[in-house]
Parts: sequence; structure tokens; C-alpha cells
Amino acid sequence: MADLMLNSVTKIYRPRGREAVRAVSGLDMAVGDGEIIALLGSSGCGKTSTLRMITGFEAVSEGSISLGGRRLNELRPAERNVAMAFEGYSLYPPLTVRDNVAFALLRERAPREEVVRKVAEVAELVGIADSLDRFPSTISSGQQQRASLARALIRPAALHLLDEPMSQLEPQVRAILRARIKEWLKDRGMTAVVVTHDQTDAIALADRIAVMEASRLMQFATPAELRERPANLFVASFIGEPPMNLIEAEVAVGASGPRVVAPAAGSALTLDLPQTAALPAGHRVWLGLSPRHLAVGQGPHRAEVMVNQWLGDQTHLALEIDGLPLTAVAAGMVDAVPGEVVPFAVEPRGIHLFDCAEGAAIYHGSAEAA
Amino acid sequence: MQHTSWHWRLFKGICLALISLFFLFPILWVLLMSFQTNEDILRVPPSPFFTPTLDNYRALIAGELTGAGSTLKIAYMKNIWNSFVLSACSVLLSLLLGVPAAYAFARYRFRLGENIAFTLLSFRFAPPLLVLLPLLLYFQDLGLYDTYFGLIWVYQLITLPLILWIVRGYFEDVSPDIEHAYRIDGHSWLRSFLKIAVPLARPGIAAAALLAFIFAWNNFVFALILGSSDVQPVTVGALAFITASGIQYGQIAAGLVLSVIPTFVLALVMQRYLVEGLSLGAVKG
Ligand SMILES: Nc1ncnc2c1ncn2[C@@H]1O[C@H](COP(=O)(O)OP(=O)(O)OP(=O)(O)O)[C@@H](O)[C@H]1O
Ligand SMILES: [Mg+2]
Repeated sequence: MADLMLNSVTKIYRPRGREAVRAVSGLDMAVGDGEIIALLGSSGCGKTSTLRMITGFEAVSEGSISLGGRRLNELRPAERNVAMAFEGYSLYPPLTVRDNVAFALLRERAPREEVVRKVAEVAELVGIADSLDRFPSTISSGQQQRASLARALIRPAALHLLDEPMSQLEPQVRAILRARIKEWLKDRGMTAVVVTHDQTDAIALADRIAVMEASRLMQFATPAELRERPANLFVASFIGEPPMNLIEAEVAVGASGPRVVAPAAGSALTLDLPQTAALPAGHRVWLGLSPRHLAVGQGPHRAEVMVNQWLGDQTHLALEIDGLPLTAVAAGMVDAVPGEVVPFAVEPRGIHLFDCAEGAAIYHGSAEAA
Repeated sequence: MQHTSWHWRLFKGICLALISLFFLFPILWVLLMSFQTNEDILRVPPSPFFTPTLDNYRALIAGELTGAGSTLKIAYMKNIWNSFVLSACSVLLSLLLGVPAAYAFARYRFRLGENIAFTLLSFRFAPPLLVLLPLLLYFQDLGLYDTYFGLIWVYQLITLPLILWIVRGYFEDVSPDIEHAYRIDGHSWLRSFLKIAVPLARPGIAAAALLAFIFAWNNFVFALILGSSDVQPVTVGALAFITASGIQYGQIAAGLVLSVIPTFVLALVMQRYLVEGLSLGAVKG
């Protein structure tokens, strides 16, 4: 159990006869002792490459990695004291699931009854207790995935790396399993990095989430912070279900201070910003409106309802202002039929502005409110 | 859909029997010939009825060929032993060199790696006669002429590329992450190679070894030129049957049967490992 530090870690693959691939660029990350981190990002953004550098299966092209103050770069995988659940499960085919899971403990010459007890415990946790005596090729891929997860969790390593540990499981099982994994890791004070495509998994499981895109770290923050203060346009468009509305807009000066105008929506969407928001007039920006902070029912703005969808616990509304689409989420049912024009208000904390050129955040309504 | 009615099974049985007969006929004929005298064999028209004799085998094992009144000393059993020593040692040496090399080619990308692998394969393209004469001169200078060691060395041209390329394919099919999982548990590279990679590729190694053995066993021209009768294998030894006083068909047939037995037994033994791969399954990541 220890803290993990990545200092401007870069991975460049140089496949023979083809162009070099930058899989990870200048990744800086500090993971505290006992912290659970999620690596979240779309396919091919460099998540697995990052884990492989930490385990030592891929050389670090630039930068350094340390675990518990010990520099890892030059150590062999066997010396790093990390456990990993692989994306492709990678169970050893000639051994039963039980032996696969117990393998590392048996090697450390742990007492027989302790191994039996631990295997039973972790098998119970991931739900493979009844397939322990079968061979990997005779169980389903979901079961193989759980077996591979069990094999990683059973080890008392300094760091646990879980590469998409639940991608094969159905949503209900996932919800239960991630709660159990979290409890298991937290009870033992284990440091863990969990790779996932799934925001819900990341939010439920992790203390902090590292959002990656195209080999770069976009933001590394708590789930709440990602939602309320996305660092850039990418995070804003990636986080949240549904994600933030992003509209091209311009900063203007109104009677009561700075305001933001969205030309695409005609004059229908003009939002006053607080005096404290120091923004130059004429600045071109992306206006981000989080769907949960568009309060439909009353307010100064008008929009036409295109779709009104009740999901059982919340309502998703597709709105349109002068042809500009907006998504809103309301906690209860909304009494409006498609075609109807409804009033709505934009809560100040739901307003975000991003620089048009660089995409970096320049204003968060939530920060002003706090 | 399962056809289990009796005439379907009968039909299948007859077909299988016909096909087997068609392919096995030459071997069967040779087997029959080996129990006949030269006169029986050369009888016109040929007849499957004859009084079996063990004379051919007796002559071979005693090492004395009797044909048309004269006796000829041969060392056929010694030739079979030579074949066995040469083939087995060549295959063992090739496994020792080729399996780790195949692993390296499968797992690691290194400078000129692909070129080296291809060069090794290209040894199989070159006509052996092209290299044999210069090789003969060198071998005589180096004192390798007419030694087991020299021949085993040259046999690497046959066995090494075969083993390297077949086994490499098998290693490539095994997901490297299976070894990785073993290595982060605290095992060294060497142990993961020996304990994980090699056992998983065992069916491939067995198939390659068997093939290489057969190729080595059947080689003729290397040993013909680079050795004397002391080290020559049965392929060369069989030349002795063509004598001045005629061709001894019965003895040739008996010699053939004797020379096939070792490879045949080996194939039966290896069969276990060859089919092992099927039951293992799901190795591919
Ligand atoms: N061995 C390799 N050689 C060359 N390029 C590679 C290699 N491994 C990965 N890459 C490339 O590096 C990039 C990052 O790959 P990586 O496997 O880290 O993605 P990932 O985030 O884990 O994706 P996924 O979510 O699909 O698992 C990809 O563009 C991939 O094509
Ligand atoms: Mg991946």
C-alpha cells in the first residue's frame, strides 16, 4: 500500500515500418495511499498503455513512475509489487479457476488453510464460487473476467490495477459488484487504479477520476468537481448523462454588467453574468449549460418542446430555441407535450464558459455561487 | 442431423475402407514383398499367394546379402542406428536453439529480427547440392568430414528453420498477458518462459519436432557426400541393395519396413501431445 506518482510519463510506440504512435503524452498524476482512482476515456486514449507502463510490460518512453517513493522505471515487473486484472482476462488455461486465483498465494507459500479461506472469500465477492473447479475455457467470458478480477484482488500488493474489470457484466451485477470491490479495497486500505469506459462505474467506484482523451490527461478531479467545474470543453462534453449543452456565443456588455449572447438562438438566449466575472466584451466563447440546471416551468426564456421523456425517476426534455437544440433534465414529471412552448430559467450555477480557441474553461457559474 | 441408420454406417464404413486401401496399398504391397523371395516378386503375372519367408530380414540383421551366388557385407542395422542418432540429435539441438529463438521472434521486435528469421527460412529454398561441394572441402579441412557432429551441424539446415517457424506461430497465438499475469506475481522472465509459454506451445513444439525428425530421417544427399558408411543413414545405406548382380527387391522391401518402424513409433508416441492442443482450448487471447 503506497502512493503512486506519475511524472510527465510518455509512451511512444514505434511499430516497425509504420509511423510512431503517441499513446500517452506527458501524464502527471499523484495518487494518494489508499485512494481509488478511475481512468476514464474513450477507446484508444492510452488507458491500458498507462497501466502497462506501471506494471513494467512496456518501457516508459519519457518521464518517471514511482510507487511508495520507490522509482519503478528500471525495476522488473516481478519486483514492482503490483497486481493487475487484465483487459483480456489472461487466465492460465491448464489450471482450474481455483488454482488460477490461488496461484500467487501458493507461490508465496501461504499456509494451506489461509489460501482456501481467502480464495473462498474473494470468489464469494466476485460471484464465481460455483465455478471454481472448472477450467477457464469452459466458463463464460463474464465468469472469466470475474475470475481474473479475483486473481488480482486476492493479492496484498502495493497497488491494484484493474483494466475494465466489469466490461462483460450486465448493469445490475455491475452495480452490486462495484460496491463490493470498493468496500474490499477500502477495508484493506488498498491503492487502486481502475480503467473504465463507463462514467457511472467511475463515479461510483473512485475517489477521483482521471479523464483522458487522445493520449492526454484532460482533468484529474473528484466526480463532483468534474461535473461542476469541468476544466475544458472536452470534459464538459464527455461528463454527465446527458452531457452539457454547448453553444457558440459571445461576451457582450449589458446594462447590469457582462452578459453572454448566443447568436444561434437569436435574441432569445441572453444570460446576465455577475459583475465579478471579468470577461472582455466581444470575446468569442463556448457557452456550456448543464441540463440539470435548466429549470423548465417558469423563467425569462422560451423554448419549444420537441421530446418529453419520463425515465421513471427523471425527465429528459429535448428543447429548441429558434432551431438551436437544448437538453434539459428535470427531477419530476414535466407537464408539456411536443410542440408546446414552455418558459425556462437558467440557474446561474449551470453556466460555464470555455475559450473558443483553446477550449480551456474561463468561467464557472458554480464557482461564483460557492 | 445425425445419420445413425445401419445402412448409412455401412456405407460410411465401406467408403473409409476403400479410401484407406487406396492410400495404404503401396505400403501393404511393400510389406508383402518383404516376406517374399526375389523369384516370387518377379513372377509374371504377380500373385498375392506365396510362401512367406523371413530370409530377407535375417539377411539384413546379419548384415550379409546373398544374391545370385555371391555374398555382400552390408551394415544396414548400423545405418538405421546412424539415422536415429543423426535425426534425434539434430532435432534435439534444433529444439534447444529454435524454441527460445522462436519465442524471441514472436514476442520481441528487434532490429533486423524479421530479416534474420527470413534468412533462416531461406536455407530451405537453396538446393543442397549448390552448397555441398564447398562444404565438403571445408569439412575435410576442419576434420568434420565423416563425423556425427559434422552431419548434425549440416542437418540444422533442415530442422532448425522448420522448428523455428512452426513454433513461432504457436507462441504468437498465446496471449502475452498470460505470461504477464504470471510475471507480476513475482516470477522471473525465464520461469514464465519455461512454466507458461513452453507448456502452452507444447502441441506446436511436438508437431514441429516430429516433422523435423521425419525430414531429417529422409535426408539423403547431405550424408551421401559428407560422410562414409560409418556415419551414413539408412537412406544412403539402401544404395547397397543395387548390386552388380541385380536388384534385391525382397531385401529392399524388408529394409524399407525396418527403416519406417522408428518414425512410425515416434509418431504414435507424439500423438498424445499433438491432440493435447485441442483439449486445452481458448489459449488465444
Ligand atoms: N503495441 C502497440 N504498438 C503500437 N501501437 C499501440 C500498441 N499498443 C497500443 N497502441 C496504440 O496506442 C494507443 C492507446 O492504446 P491503449 O491500448 O492504451 O488504449 P486504451 O485506452 O486502453 O483503449 P481501450 O479502451 O480500447 O482498451 C492506441 O492508438 C493504440 O492503437
Ligand atoms: Mg485498454
